Amino acid sequence: MAISRSDVERIAHLARLEIDAGQAEDVRAKLDAIFALIDELNAVDTRGVVPMAHAQDLSLPLRDDVVTEADRHALFQRTAPAVEDGLYLVPKVIE
Amino acid sequence: MKWEVVIGLETHAQLSTASKIFSGASTAFGAAPNTQAAAVDIALPGVLPVLNRGAVERAIRFGLAVGATINRRSVFARKNYFYPDLPKGYQISQYEIPVVVGGTIVIATPQGDKTVRLTRAHLEEDAGKSLHEDFHGMTGIDLNRAGTPLLEIVSEPDLASSDEAVAYAKTLHALVQWIGICDGNMQEGSFRCDANVSVRPAGETKLGTRCEIKNLNSFRFMQAAIEYEIHRQVALIEDGGRVVQETRLFDPDRNETRSMRSKEDAQDYRYFPDPDLPPLVIGDEWIERVRAALPELPRAMQQRYAADYALPASDAATLTASRGLAAYFEEVLRALGGGAANAKLAANWIQGDVAAALNRAEIGIEQAPVPAAALARLLSRIVDQTISGKIAKDVFDAAWAGEHGGDPDAIIAAKGLTQISDEDALGRIVDDVLAANAAMVAEFKAGKEKAFNALVGQAMKATRGKANPAQVNAILRRRLGG
Repeated sequence: MAISRSDVERIAHLARLEIDAGQAEDVRAKLDAIFALIDELNAVDTRGVVPMAHAQDLSLPLRDDVVTEADRHALFQRTAPAVEDGLYLVPKVIE
Repeated sequence: MKWEVVIGLETHAQLSTASKIFSGASTAFGAAPNTQAAAVDIALPGVLPVLNRGAVERAIRFGLAVGATINRRSVFARKNYFYPDLPKGYQISQYEIPVVVGGTIVIATPQGDKTVRLTRAHLEEDAGKSLHEDFHGMTGIDLNRAGTPLLEIVSEPDLASSDEAVAYAKTLHALVQWIGICDGNMQEGSFRCDANVSVRPAGETKLGTRCEIKNLNSFRFMQAAIEYEIHRQVALIEDGGRVVQETRLFDPDRNETRSMRSKEDAQDYRYFPDPDLPPLVIGDEWIERVRAALPELPRAMQQRYAADYALPASDAATLTASRGLAAYFEEVLRALGGGAANAKLAANWIQGDVAAALNRAEIGIEQAPVPAAALARLLSRIVDQTISGKIAKDVFDAAWAGEHGGDPDAIIAAKGLTQISDEDALGRIVDDVLAANAAMVAEFKAGKEKAFNALVGQAMKATRGKANPAQVNAILRRRLGG
């Protein structure tokens, strides 16, 4: 599977990464090499193998449904660029 | 051309846990902005999500209630997209292996019961809220809702009209409240639906291109949005156009749907298993514990009411609209001593006078000032003929208003409402009525059956409704030689 320049640009856009044309070509070549490796892995017959969801063979620990967190918004918002009335302010977003 | 409508619904039910799905922050509604957003919810670096057992338990409860399969192993995945009210840059959801698979919801349609298949139900976290009012040209972000547990319930495209879609949504809405997993508050967004709508020529087996209408938070809007969408799609195709797959938003002010995102800009969520969360494993023993604690479900209850008390299906459906209402009915009936006649009497009263009084007061059955025990005492006075059904309505109103401590017996005694069932006393009353209404008697004898009822009415009037109507009837018949 070959990765095109438009694939790279699309992925960069989805991840909100700003890359210039030179970087895009560099990334495209590197991704191509990675996908070549994946193509090799694809040759392995994995029929009947349960897809792995996690690197370690663990099951999820659960917590009881209890409120344990106090209000710490004043502390958290000390690093926010802009706040007002307890709200974080961000550049205007319109759907 | 005749068109066929195909609808599937995706419903987000907010789970009624005290704390969030992956953090110990409160889920209470209406708190000041960001006061219920913990480090995990605002995605501070270095924090890890820990799954809430209560959220999983509610998902299991739902799965059992709809006869679904509970996956013994399910996987949380990251759904990646950028939006300021989603500070991690991804929503934790379930993708390839959800916790609940399959199941059915049975809805009532004019053509009879219809079984709607469910595709799946999965656990996920809610996002925060963006406030677009003007903050000096900026958007305000409140992350209190971020991390609130949701169960997304997906139906198969089995619904064939807006009526069926609404019936499904209402049934589901009642069920999630019944089993205590969601408070069902639509104003607060605890239960919201997206509808996938497509049309195709009647008889066609291939599905048409669908549009998804987002965030329908009332049944009325759902009906209006789907109706608009059906007509829009049909008109588009009949004019030679084609439907474009897209997300649309319903505008209740204009009563129309409009495009939200076009296909070109379609989201690519790049799901992958969340490395922070190993698979969720649910043991058989846990499932059996949840099953044992599951309340009797509305459908089973309706069938029982029909079988045990011969109640009509519509009565059984109304009485099981909520668990509170069903419990009230059962308590009244138990106090009355059971039986089909008592069941019908209780059903009529609860659906009639009680429901009307609740509506007028805009309260639920749990707040009714006439508790089940008091209604049962009142109804037992009808059964033992102490009072007539008509007088009982006055006693009910007095009890509702709290007169004499709301005790029906005290009200009957204080107001002297006891029914007159003494044969001799009633005989004298009937004789007086006959003497005073010679014209009616003559009409009756001339064959006017209506005149008989008028005479009964006169006797009731003379006793201010206290005469036993059945006895008055019998005595009148005897006197008139009927």
